[in-house]
Amino acid sequence: MNNSIVLTTCPYCGTGCTFYLEVMDGELTGLIPCPTDPISEGQLCIKGRNAHVFVTNGDRLTKPLIKEEGEFKEASWDKALALVAEKLAGVKKNESPDAIGFVSSARCTNEDNYVFMKLARAVFGTNNVDHCARL
Amino acid sequence: MTNSIAEFENADCILVIGSNTMEQHPLIAKRMLKAKEKGAKLIVADPRRIPMMAFADVALQLKPGTDIALLNGLMNVIIGDGLVDNGFIAERTEGFDQVKAKVAEYTPEKAAGICGVSADDIKAAAQLYGKAEKGSIAYCMGVTQHVKGMDTVKSVANLAMITGNVGRESTGVNPLRGQCNVQGASDIGALPDVFTGYQKVSDDAARQKFEQAWGCSLNSSPGLTLTEMFDAVEDGKITAMYVMGENPAISEPNIGHAQKALGNLEFLVVQDIFMTETAQFADVVLPAASFAEKEGTFTSTERRVSRVRKAIDPIGESKADWQIISDLAKQMGSSQLNYGSAAEIMDEISNLTPSYGGISYERLDSGEQLAWPCPDKDHPGTPILHIGQFTKGKGQFFAIDYAPSPELPDSEYPLILTTGRVMFQYHTGTMTRRVPALEREASSAQLEINPADADKLGIKQGDKVIVKSRRGEIETKALVADKTTPGVVFLPFHFAEAAANVLTLDKFDPDCKIPEFKVCAVSVRGKG
Ligand code: SF4
Repeated sequence: MNNSIVLTTCPYCGTGCTFYLEVMDGELTGLIPCPTDPISEGQLCIKGRNAHVFVTNGDRLTKPLIKEEGEFKEASWDKALALVAEKLAGVKKNESPDAIGFVSSARCTNEDNYVFMKLARAVFGTNNVDHCARL
Repeated sequence: MTNSIAEFENADCILVIGSNTMEQHPLIAKRMLKAKEKGAKLIVADPRRIPMMAFADVALQLKPGTDIALLNGLMNVIIGDGLVDNGFIAERTEGFDQVKAKVAEYTPEKAAGICGVSADDIKAAAQLYGKAEKGSIAYCMGVTQHVKGMDTVKSVANLAMITGNVGRESTGVNPLRGQCNVQGASDIGALPDVFTGYQKVSDDAARQKFEQAWGCSLNSSPGLTLTEMFDAVEDGKITAMYVMGENPAISEPNIGHAQKALGNLEFLVVQDIFMTETAQFADVVLPAASFAEKEGTFTSTERRVSRVRKAIDPIGESKADWQIISDLAKQMGSSQLNYGSAAEIMDEISNLTPSYGGISYERLDSGEQLAWPCPDKDHPGTPILHIGQFTKGKGQFFAIDYAPSPELPDSEYPLILTTGRVMFQYHTGTMTRRVPALEREASSAQLEINPADADKLGIKQGDKVIVKSRRGEIETKALVADKTTPGVVFLPFHFAEAAANVLTLDKFDPDCKIPEFKVCAVSVRGKG
């Protein structure tokens, strides 16, 4: 049996409490508060306390999906990304870079946001990039 | 936040305005209550009788959308009673005279009339905050989600500056952010007009720096905000969209409009962890890894950069968002987004971003607590902003007038609807609605309505009701309680099956484009 705990940051509100995720043999088994965290001081609210639960929910998307005649069909990464690349490149070329809108996320990491906005600006040439900060 | 979360604990007076802190930021509320135990005074202003009011020295249950009148009223008393910090105003600020002249019009009696609270309470609150040695203000979307949101934020800053409550421990102007990385997404440049660290795309020097680093030429004109993008779809100017980790089909105001736009796109790609309402509209859906399956950082509301660490392998074939984007760029023949790890991305961010200059995984992993600005690797970070001087020269006062909300009640739609959140759910519910412990507590939307209004309309506890605005109507259940004042009803926005944003108004603050979620006119009737 291989047990470990991994210190990470709560994915919900902006308070930034940290806690440990408990892992056993590669499976997420629980969550324990971090007594030395300067913000939470070892306490968590009910949302944070249950932050590991949705991760392994059976509804998680596990494969790329492509809509064909109104229905989603599972596809390989290669096929899905090739289609996205072809369609977006087409809009960029035939219409304009500014005909594409990029919506980023206040729930993704800084690194995700950086790479996303760089994709919009450097690869597609548009500044149409925003997230739901206002909402 | 100008100050850190822990500092609330040592404030002498805390003004909480437009923030349901106990339900939305429970671990911040804990600090406020500790301050209270140590003898601090607590002022709470909100349209609803929120839990924090039980602990308040002065509770101001004001009409939705009247915060500016209240703030001007508080300043009127503070100036009149000589509680201003003249030294601070003279040395560190500009434009005080205009504010002084403006707030002179807002006597406590006048403000009380607009806000629907008592003039004595306004005077008492002004005395408490004005006399505090260390006065701290916390606010949230109750203040910002208005057409006049930006003005309200400026008013809050006016109040802090006239009393010299900036740049010292346990003072300041402290917005509490609702999502884990709202602060970071803005810092990192997921905005139409700026690169990382708020460096403007229209600024030649900034743009050239990024052009050089990224090896390409860049567009100098600011792009569209999210809500403008939906308008542009309607006008046929935007035909494709790439949505990562957001659910605008539920979170946008007037979602009828947003959903129509999503449906009209020629091509939509959505990248998320679940099949969201937005993803249903997509042509391609890409499975993303959750926070537990990837490395990265979030920047919290106190500007502190905090590590997200991988605990387990991605579920199914899902991948970290940055990895998917990097793979897509490769497909497009671009090598600009080749990264071996999230740490490498942070290194690029810190190279290009003065305020993140000293931030690295190495420092964070050694346990350092770093709030930006953190300009170099020896810098300890900046928990308190504006010590000694403002980051940008002098503190600017703005004279701000109250103006009524754009849609007020009339005979057809006689009630004010204000929207918000409940403790047990998060945003559009994508994550929390799949957590049984949370669904047990709050699994459906309830319309909070005052007993007086309910009586008039013949509505009883738990009755099915129809809530209607000029945009649309929804069906929900009534929660009859004196949580709201007569004339005001409340709905949370988490629930797709009774989405409050069917009703809300898509009017925006002209400066920061925040929609008016907090005030619109509705009618309510029992569903016979
Ligand atoms: S544990 Fe609760 S208060 Fe702390 S960050 Fe998570 S949601 Fe916010």
